Amino acid sequence: MASLQHSQAIKGAKVLMVGAGGIGCELLKTLALSGFQDIHIIDMDTIEVSNLNRQFLFRQSHVGQSKAKVARDAVLRFRPHISITPYHANAKDSNFNVDFFKQFNVVLNGLDNLDARRHVNRLCLAAEVPLVESGTTGFLGQVTVQVKGKTECYECQPKPAPKTYPVCTITSTPSKFVHCIVWAKELLFAKLFGDKNQVNDLNVRSNDAFSSSENTNDVFEWRDDEDFEHYGRRIYDHVFGYNIELALSDEETWKKRNKPRPIYVRDVLPDQMTQQNGNVDITDDLSSASAMASLGLKNPQDIWCLMENTRVFLEALKLFFTNRKKEIGNLSFDKDDQLAVEFVTAAANIRAASFNIPSHSLFEAKGIAGNIVHAVATTNAIVAGLIVIEAIKVLKKDNDCYREKLMRMTYCLEHPSKKMLLMPVEPFEPNKSCFVCSSQTPLSLEINTHRSKLRDFVEKIVKAKLGMNSPLIMCGSALLYEVGDDLEEDMIANYTANLEKVLSELPSPVIGGKMLTVEDLQQEFTCNIYIKHREEFDEEKEPDGMVLSGWTQALPEKKDDKTSIGNGASTSKSLPTEPMDAQKDIEVKEISDGTASPGKKRKLPEFSEGCTLDQSNEADETRNDKKIQKLDDDDDDDDLVMLDHWGKDTSKKQRLQ
Amino acid sequence: MDGEELTEQETALYDRQIRVWGADAQRRLSKSHILVHGMKGTITEFCKNIVLAGVGSLTLVDDRAVTEEALSANFLMPPDENACSGKTLAELCRDSLNEFNPMVRVSVEKGDLASFGVEFFDKFDVVVISFCSLATKKLINERCRKLSKRVSFYTVDCRDCCGEIFVDLQKYNYAKKRQDGTTECELQYPSFQEAISVPWRSLPRKVSKLYLAMRVIERFEEDEGRKPGEICIEDLPAVLKLKKELCEAQSLNESHIPNALLERLVMGAREFPPVCAIIGGILGQEVIKAISGKGDPLKNFFFFDSVDGKGIIEDISDPRPKG
Repeated sequence: MASLQHSQAIKGAKVLMVGAGGIGCELLKTLALSGFQDIHIIDMDTIEVSNLNRQFLFRQSHVGQSKAKVARDAVLRFRPHISITPYHANAKDSNFNVDFFKQFNVVLNGLDNLDARRHVNRLCLAAEVPLVESGTTGFLGQVTVQVKGKTECYECQPKPAPKTYPVCTITSTPSKFVHCIVWAKELLFAKLFGDKNQVNDLNVRSNDAFSSSENTNDVFEWRDDEDFEHYGRRIYDHVFGYNIELALSDEETWKKRNKPRPIYVRDVLPDQMTQQNGNVDITDDLSSASAMASLGLKNPQDIWCLMENTRVFLEALKLFFTNRKKEIGNLSFDKDDQLAVEFVTAAANIRAASFNIPSHSLFEAKGIAGNIVHAVATTNAIVAGLIVIEAIKVLKKDNDCYREKLMRMTYCLEHPSKKMLLMPVEPFEPNKSCFVCSSQTPLSLEINTHRSKLRDFVEKIVKAKLGMNSPLIMCGSALLYEVGDDLEEDMIANYTANLEKVLSELPSPVIGGKMLTVEDLQQEFTCNIYIKHREEFDEEKEPDGMVLSGWTQALPEKKDDKTSIGNGASTSKSLPTEPMDAQKDIEVKEISDGTASPGKKRKLPEFSEGCTLDQSNEADETRNDKKIQKLDDDDDDDDLVMLDHWGKDTSKKQRLQ
Repeated sequence: MDGEELTEQETALYDRQIRVWGADAQRRLSKSHILVHGMKGTITEFCKNIVLAGVGSLTLVDDRAVTEEALSANFLMPPDENACSGKTLAELCRDSLNEFNPMVRVSVEKGDLASFGVEFFDKFDVVVISFCSLATKKLINERCRKLSKRVSFYTVDCRDCCGEIFVDLQKYNYAKKRQDGTTECELQYPSFQEAISVPWRSLPRKVSKLYLAMRVIERFEEDEGRKPGEICIEDLPAVLKLKKELCEAQSLNESHIPNALLERLVMGAREFPPVCAIIGGILGQEVIKAISGKGDPLKNFFFFDSVDGKGIIEDISDPRPKG
């Protein structure tokens, strides 16, 4: 089987790999060894040091270079006679259109984010090219085949929404370290170093009586001739001392909670101690500024005491003002910015000390703040092997492949289930009501057509929910909005003007009962949206001020009382994954196996009753921590499990049938 | 652990994996010494994985010259046989592996594995052998067991689109994670000889067919004095005859070892690269577990067949010492 039957299909195949990271390096190597001769590979990333522990085609000397290009060169060293075409580009670029995708026999994904996966899914559907999708987190992984009309597409099942926290938990009643991290990163860091015009809840408190004064904001302004040391101490006392005192005065809040402790800098650090480190070398290399380095703290695994955190806080603040003054006002948190990580770690730890929450090391804090993905070489290698096995089956093209259900979805597990570490299951049938791959049933949108602007609709629905890149919006035959390179100037002006109009006042009024057609020309993907006017929306439960239905999105894990703050800068880059998905799936499939729904959509023959899941224990222990890190990932070099919450939606799905 | 901290360089390089297994495990890895034999596809994959993971040292044993077959699933060597002239497989692989991670010492030991005495193995924490005869597997396993320190022993073989891993951790203690904290666990592993001596009729009822088929092939090559993998389709009738004899001797219904499976194994002496990646990955994870003492180790066989796609663990231990 290995040699003869495969060789023809393999040699003649033209394959596209999307992603040259953790899975990508392994995949390219295994494809080349398996005899593939025409491989195209897209990756927009460049190589970083933290890639080198598993992306074995890259060396220290390659840091900063294109992943796609270096991977190609490395593989040609042991297979010089094959053709590898690298593209150092974003898979969402317009030249990778449906025609581009049509030239391939199969597309193999080794991606790290939901946006790109959605995009490639649509292009594969439009081009009718089979897609092998994959993802890993730590020791967990998954590989699945997606063929239009035969199996589910990537979007047949809703993906979990990014985790968010209620504002009051972050501003007033943190109970976990991650709450302190979110506070330090999204509120304090943003307030001091970010865009001054951004709305910031740093001074919001649960008791309104105290938040009325206008001048609290001025506290954060650096006064022109002020010594940075003095400024740092002032900020410190304000956020860790004064603000906590204010919060304490609202006794209602603390009846059932442990009271926080205000912390003032003079109690932690007598004046002289900070003066010792008062001299800062102003270096040309701005990015290398580090409070840890100037304070002589070496090990990022160490947990600092309150005094050390205080010194790092003051030192980091000072370094920002002395070395990186120009960036202040434009900074947003970046996990690769050492000084920013130091500042956020120290601030989060000091806040944690106030609220009696255990401190964490810089290493741990960086992982939480940066949503860093856990990744090892072995899982990527296994997943790459599984991808190639599925790709070869798809390429054999005899329809047996589908009839005999040779296609598989395979889970890599950390702990064996029914003696299996690699567990194959049948791929699922397409979701008949999937708005992406099924024959179009229109979506419906409840919206206040007299208040919501076209811009709101474009941002919150077309981009965020429908995942469109270059949308075109029509109401009947009237063109309302369009994105493209070749537009006339007057058209652009026209569309820009439309964006600022409320729906009912557009040239072709969009009011209740109308049907909008939204199309992405690159993805060759069209949606019809039926508009229903609705006057009022619940600000907390429906913060978008509009509700799209027929399009299902999993509910966030926690329902909370206030509007929420995510642990991350962008919500559009939300991450569909958490490491325990595979296990949740299994649990659910056991159930669905037992109930054997008529459609047998989620049949899982490998699982029968009485199968105990060893892994659930450990999963529960670590669930909270890990979950946070999986969400809204900012790490663009990694390889996430792309899973979904199929489990949760089984019942919903059956209802939809 | 015992004090020594990871360097800044190590923390930066191993950042993502320390987030998986912790700094303690990383320190243990960096002090471990691994020996491998049989530089074909699967072992190559395994070596890549543990060099990237950051073990202390890796020693390669394989004096064979480069052949086209050896190159087929190996990404460590240039395909030009002339460029490799004068060097052994192990030497060529060393040169590439050294580049993967400058913090790992990769070296070559020349000679015949079977000729190395017991004391040679004392330098290692883990011994992994591939493409060895039945006699060599038993011999090396026994040598590892004779040492006063515990040396983890693994054999690994891939044929066609199938793979097999055997694990002997002897008496292995580790902290098993439970819902409420961890509990100390002790596993007692049989040697390779003990495991394969378990009567077939007392095996688990649905034992992997691959286990039985591999024993037939292994036995055939041993009886015929063949090198591992030195088998072809012309041997099939003799292999089927041997299967019949073994099944009769063990009072096992012949249907437990499908002829089609034996045919695949006989024809596919050459490795299938995706299976090498999978087996080399699982083996890498197991060795990392055994060194770090983190996670439930595999006991004591693992099988993968890409035809059904299952990666299965089988516990094949002598039932007698139980209870």
